[in-house]
Amino acid sequence: MSEEKTYGLMASFETPGDVMHAAEKVRDEGFKQWDVITPFPVHGMDQAMGVQRSRVPMFTLIGGAIGFFGGNLMIWFMNAYDYPIIVGGKPMFSPMYAFPVSYELTILLAAFGTIIGMFLLNRLPMHYHPAMKHDAVARASDDGFFIIIESSDPKFEEKTTTAFLKDIGGANVTKLED
Amino acid sequence: MISLDNTASVNESLIREAKPASVPRRKLVENDRDFGWITEKVCGIVEGETPTWWWVCFLISGFVSLFTVVGTIYLIAAGVGVWGLSNPVNWGWAIVNFVFWIGIGHAGTLISAILCLLKQNWRTSINRAAEAMTIFAVVCAGIFPLIHVGRVWFAWWLFPIPNANAIWPQFKSPLLWDVFAVSTYGTVSFLFWYVGMIPDLATLRDRAKTKIRQVLYGFFAMGWRGSNRHWSNYEMAYLLLAGLATPLVLSVHTIVSFDFAVSLIPGWHTTIFPPYFVAGAIFSGFGMVLTIMLPLRSIYGLHDLITQYHIDCMCKITLATGSMVGYAYAIEFFIAWYGANDFESFAFINRAFGPYAWAYWIMVTCNVISPQLFWFRKVRENAALVWIVCIFVNIGMWFERFVIVVTSLSRDFLPSSWGYYSPTIVDIMTYVGTFGIFTFLFLLFLRFLPLMAMAEIKAVTPQADPHHNAKGGAH
Repeated sequence: MSEEKTYGLMASFETPGDVMHAAEKVRDEGFKQWDVITPFPVHGMDQAMGVQRSRVPMFTLIGGAIGFFGGNLMIWFMNAYDYPIIVGGKPMFSPMYAFPVSYELTILLAAFGTIIGMFLLNRLPMHYHPAMKHDAVARASDDGFFIIIESSDPKFEEKTTTAFLKDIGGANVTKLED
Repeated sequence: MISLDNTASVNESLIREAKPASVPRRKLVENDRDFGWITEKVCGIVEGETPTWWWVCFLISGFVSLFTVVGTIYLIAAGVGVWGLSNPVNWGWAIVNFVFWIGIGHAGTLISAILCLLKQNWRTSINRAAEAMTIFAVVCAGIFPLIHVGRVWFAWWLFPIPNANAIWPQFKSPLLWDVFAVSTYGTVSFLFWYVGMIPDLATLRDRAKTKIRQVLYGFFAMGWRGSNRHWSNYEMAYLLLAGLATPLVLSVHTIVSFDFAVSLIPGWHTTIFPPYFVAGAIFSGFGMVLTIMLPLRSIYGLHDLITQYHIDCMCKITLATGSMVGYAYAIEFFIAWYGANDFESFAFINRAFGPYAWAYWIMVTCNVISPQLFWFRKVRENAALVWIVCIFVNIGMWFERFVIVVTSLSRDFLPSSWGYYSPTIVDIMTYVGTFGIFTFLFLLFLRFLPLMAMAEIKAVTPQADPHHNAKGGAH
C-alpha cells in the first residue's frame, strides 16, 4: 500500500425524504457508479436511483422447476424404474401420488434458488467493503442515510463531485479510501 | 349524447373539488418513536445485562428438557412398550404431540408470509419472534415421529436413499409425504427467518463492543451494509419467499392431515381434514404467539411496538380461526349423519358421548367457546384475560389432536378389538420435556438475536415514508 486510493465520496442525509430527492438528482446528473445506504428499504428509492427490477425471480423459477421435475423424476426412478414394487395394486408411477413430494421439493428448491440468487446478485457475503470502513457508516444500520459516489464513475471528479454532493443537501462529505 | 357529456363534465368538476376522506390509520409504533429509539430498544434486549429471571427460566427449562432426553433414551433402550400404545391404539401421544407442535408453528409462517403478501404491516413487530417460535416448534415436533417409528436406527429408511437391500422408500405412503413436507417446512422457515434477520444482525454487528460479538454477528450478517442496490434484490427475495411460504404452510398441515384422511379409519377418512387442520393450526399458533408475546411485552416494556392494535388483530384472528374450527366440528357431525355410513356416525357419537367424552368436551370448551370472549373489546384490552384464553386455546388444540387420534382408533369396525388407551408416565414426561426444549431455545433466541425486525418496523413508521414531512403537512 504505497498510496491510499480514493474509493469515492460519501455524504450523509437526515431523513428518507432528503436522501431520496438527492438520489433523484444524482441519477439525473448521469452518475452510474454510486449507491444509497439506508437502514431500511425506502419506498420508491429504486425509481429514484433508476435501479432495474431485481432479477431474483429468475433464480426462483429455475429452482422451482428443478424441484418439480427433479422430484417427479426421482420418484419415477425409485418406485417405477430402479426397484418397482406393487403396493395396493396401484400403478408403478402416477403423477397423482408423486405430486405432494414434488410440490414440497418445488418450494424447497425455489426457496434455495431465491436465496442463492439474492446472495449472488448482491455479491454477498462480502465482509470487507470500503463503504463500511468509515465509522460514520455504522449509523446506516441505525438511523443514518448516505449517498456514495464512487471514483470509478466516469463523471467523478473530486472537487466538482464534492460540491455537487453539498449542493444536493448532503452533509459531512467525506472521502472513502479503498 | 349531449346529456352524457354534461354529466361527465359535472362529475369532472366534482372530482376536482372533492378531496379523498382521510382514513384514520392505527399507529404501528406509538408515541412517535424515532428510528434511533427502535434500534436502542430492540438491541438493548440483547446488549443489556442478562436478567435474573432469564437465568432462572433458562435453568428450569434446561432441566425440564432433560425429561425428553431421558424419556427418549429409555424408550430406545427398552422398546416402545414403555409407552401406553397397544392394540388397537397404536398411534398415541407421540402423534398427538407431533401434530400439536407442527400446528403451533403455523402461526409464525402465517404472520411472516401470508400477512406479508396481504400487506398487513402490523406483522412487523411480531414476525421475528413468531418465526423463531415456528422453528423451535418444528424442532419439538420432529422428535416424535422419529422416535415413534419404533426402531429409530432405521429412521433413515425415510430418506430417499436405498436401504441395505437396495429398496427405495415408498412414495405412495402419506407418511413419506409428511417427511418431505415437514423437513421442507423446517428448512424454508429457517431460511426465511435468517434472511429476514440479516439487516438486523448488521445493526448488532455495527453496535458490538466486544471482539467476539463483532466477529460472530459480523459473520452471520454476511457483510450487509444497507446498500439500496442490495435492498432491491433483498426485498424481491423476501417477497418471493413469502409467496413460497404461503402455499407451503397450507400444504404442510394438509399433508399432515393426509396421514389420517388417506386411511380408512372412521372419523379420519374425511375430505374436510385438510382445511380443518390448517385452520386449527393457525388457531393454535396464534394462541401460542400471544402466550409468548404478552409476557415479553410487559417484561421488556415493548408497549410502543406491540400496541393494543397488534393484540386486537391477533385476538380477532384467533376468534376467526377458532370459529372455523367450531364450524368444522359441526360439519363433521352433519356429514357423519348425512353420509349414512353406520361406522362414521358411530365414530362421532362415540367421540361426543363415548369413553373419551371428557376429552371431547374439554376440546369444545377450550377451542370453540373460550375464543368467543374475543368478541368483546373489554376482553381484548385486558392482557391477563387474553393470556388466559390463549392458554385454554393451547390446551384445547392439544385435546383436539388427542380426540382425533385416540377415539377413532380405540373403537373402529370390530367391537371385539375395541380398547381404551391411557398414556404411561414416560409418554407424559417426554411430552412435558418438549416444553422445556421449546422454552430453552426461545430463551437463547431472546438473549442473542434481535427479537423484533428492526429494519421492517422502521420501514412502517410514518417518518420512513419519503413523502412524510416533519412539520406534519403533505409533501
